[in-house]
Amino acid sequence: MIIEEIHDEKLKDLELKATQARELVISALLEAGSGHSAGPLGMADIFIAFYFHILNHDPKHPEWADRDRLVLSNGHICPIRYVVMAMAGYFPVAELKTLRKINSRLQGHPHRTSLPGMETTSGPLGEGISQSIGMALAARLDKKNYHIYCITSDGEHQEGNTWEALMTAAKYNLDNLTVVIDRNNIQIDGFTENVMPLEYLRAKYESFNWFVQEVDGHNIRAFVDAINQAKAVHQKPSAIIAHTIPGFGVDFMENKFEWHGKPPNAEKAVKALKELRTLEGKITSEHE
Amino acid sequence: MLNADLKLNPKLFDKDVEQIPVRNGYGEGLVMLGGQDPNVVVLCADLTESTKSEEFSKKFPDRFFEVGVAEQNMAAVAAGLGISGKTAFISSYATFSPGKNWETIRTTIIYNDSNVKIAGHHSGIMTGPDGATHQATEDIASIRAWPNIKIFVPCDSIEAKKATIESGKIKGPVYLRFTRDKSPVMTTEATPFEPGKIQVFWTSDKPQVVIFGMGWLLYQALLAAKELEAEGIKVLVANASTIKPLDGQTIVELAKQTEAVVTVEDHQATGGLGGVVSETLARTIPTPIEFIGLQDVFGESGKPAELIKKYKMDKDAIIEAVKRVIARKPSH
Repeated sequence: MIIEEIHDEKLKDLELKATQARELVISALLEAGSGHSAGPLGMADIFIAFYFHILNHDPKHPEWADRDRLVLSNGHICPIRYVVMAMAGYFPVAELKTLRKINSRLQGHPHRTSLPGMETTSGPLGEGISQSIGMALAARLDKKNYHIYCITSDGEHQEGNTWEALMTAAKYNLDNLTVVIDRNNIQIDGFTENVMPLEYLRAKYESFNWFVQEVDGHNIRAFVDAINQAKAVHQKPSAIIAHTIPGFGVDFMENKFEWHGKPPNAEKAVKALKELRTLEGKITSEHE
Repeated sequence: MLNADLKLNPKLFDKDVEQIPVRNGYGEGLVMLGGQDPNVVVLCADLTESTKSEEFSKKFPDRFFEVGVAEQNMAAVAAGLGISGKTAFISSYATFSPGKNWETIRTTIIYNDSNVKIAGHHSGIMTGPDGATHQATEDIASIRAWPNIKIFVPCDSIEAKKATIESGKIKGPVYLRFTRDKSPVMTTEATPFEPGKIQVFWTSDKPQVVIFGMGWLLYQALLAAKELEAEGIKVLVANASTIKPLDGQTIVELAKQTEAVVTVEDHQATGGLGGVVSETLARTIPTPIEFIGLQDVFGESGKPAELIKKYKMDKDAIIEAVKRVIARKPSH
């Protein structure tokens, strides 16, 4: 099924939503007192694109058998997924306050059976593509035409399991699987190319017999176009290398690996929210 | 004497008792399940023949997935299948799966509550000539503390077939432990198999000791029981083919009756069957126990019979353990 083109009005709306999602991420992390900042902010546009335009899903019926599957392999960026799921109507936005707290459905890393709509459990890296392959094989056996999307981090491409999965998806010609790589160039210990170089990532995927595209991960329209390209490919799994700016939207967090794994304190959160609200204001004014 | 109610193999003590690898039952069980349930799928990591997955792969090629030498990937692919309506079996040697892929299984199958059955082959020093790298002797200890897993250790090929079929009917993670070499067939098709139940294979009037055995070594315990009877020492021999959930009630009842216990397993003597029995009795009726199994050492290459003799896990070692534990009884 082809995803419809985004008209200008819709695009503005999605961009506004992405900024609102960033604000909710900052607020949730401040409330939680721990968690990851940079990755969730960097992936806000893509998550909004998925939940508000790409996915064939029903927030009121999260177990609907024919839904598209969105697998989050790098579970540590779950705050953005929780935020966007809440915005989409899977659960009340107020519940975001419970992130990482006792008796919450919003575990520090995602737990499938805790939260309807959370397709799988993740956190330990390198395991999402393999699980997506299992879902893709099941869809094929059941003659279902839903699509499986798997979001991964660039850092988790240092896990051997990721490459085991890439071989497997190509072997089984899984054209119902699209992997999105958050290429933000940072990981806990520093820049990926210093910690353990990943380049040339595109060539690596291509040599594993995948169809590969590269996009600006903050350009929603370009991202949707890439998803359509990916879904049009036959007999091959697809990868979209999404170039993103970690911490996007919050100047002092952008491209700083120090913000990979920590939340803002109150002072920083106020600063971040102020910046995001200004940004939101800008987007709104562009509407008018 | 043998418990007649269980319809055990009448030729059990014959010299020419039928000997079949326990793992063969897995292969037969998979084929039966595959015929009954179109949602059953099997994955293998380059060990299709030796894990007895081959017949399934031939009969149901669309439902068999060869993932190559990649056990972490195998576990997580199966996890994806298991949360998408499939009943997925993953087949490898236990040192690799659940050994090498321990965390992948923990996260994507166990905590994720995916409908995956982990078949750990080549367990114990019974694996023999391949040496300690391929002899899984800590597998149960390493996974037993996981919540949300069931653990079956069939004693022979017939029980292995039944355990495989039963595991396919259970929704959720199950570990199945198999051995490589031929071993005596103790049960028959008519022997009831009930997951979670300990069965007394050898009964005596006024028994002095209960021996809990698991897997193929249970046969050594039966041989020991017969020999001990001739010496006037009466014991019970119980088949503990479900390690989790444990039949704690039966363990306590039998320990109350005998006031002395010996555990027998082709596994480290800690953390496996000996571990669960001693934990259970420590909470209820602390009882003297002797532990047959590897005593905190790795195995080595050799024939199974040579190895269980060297590492004191054979009939003679069990007889000695029974005598030791009798000497430790408070009433002694």
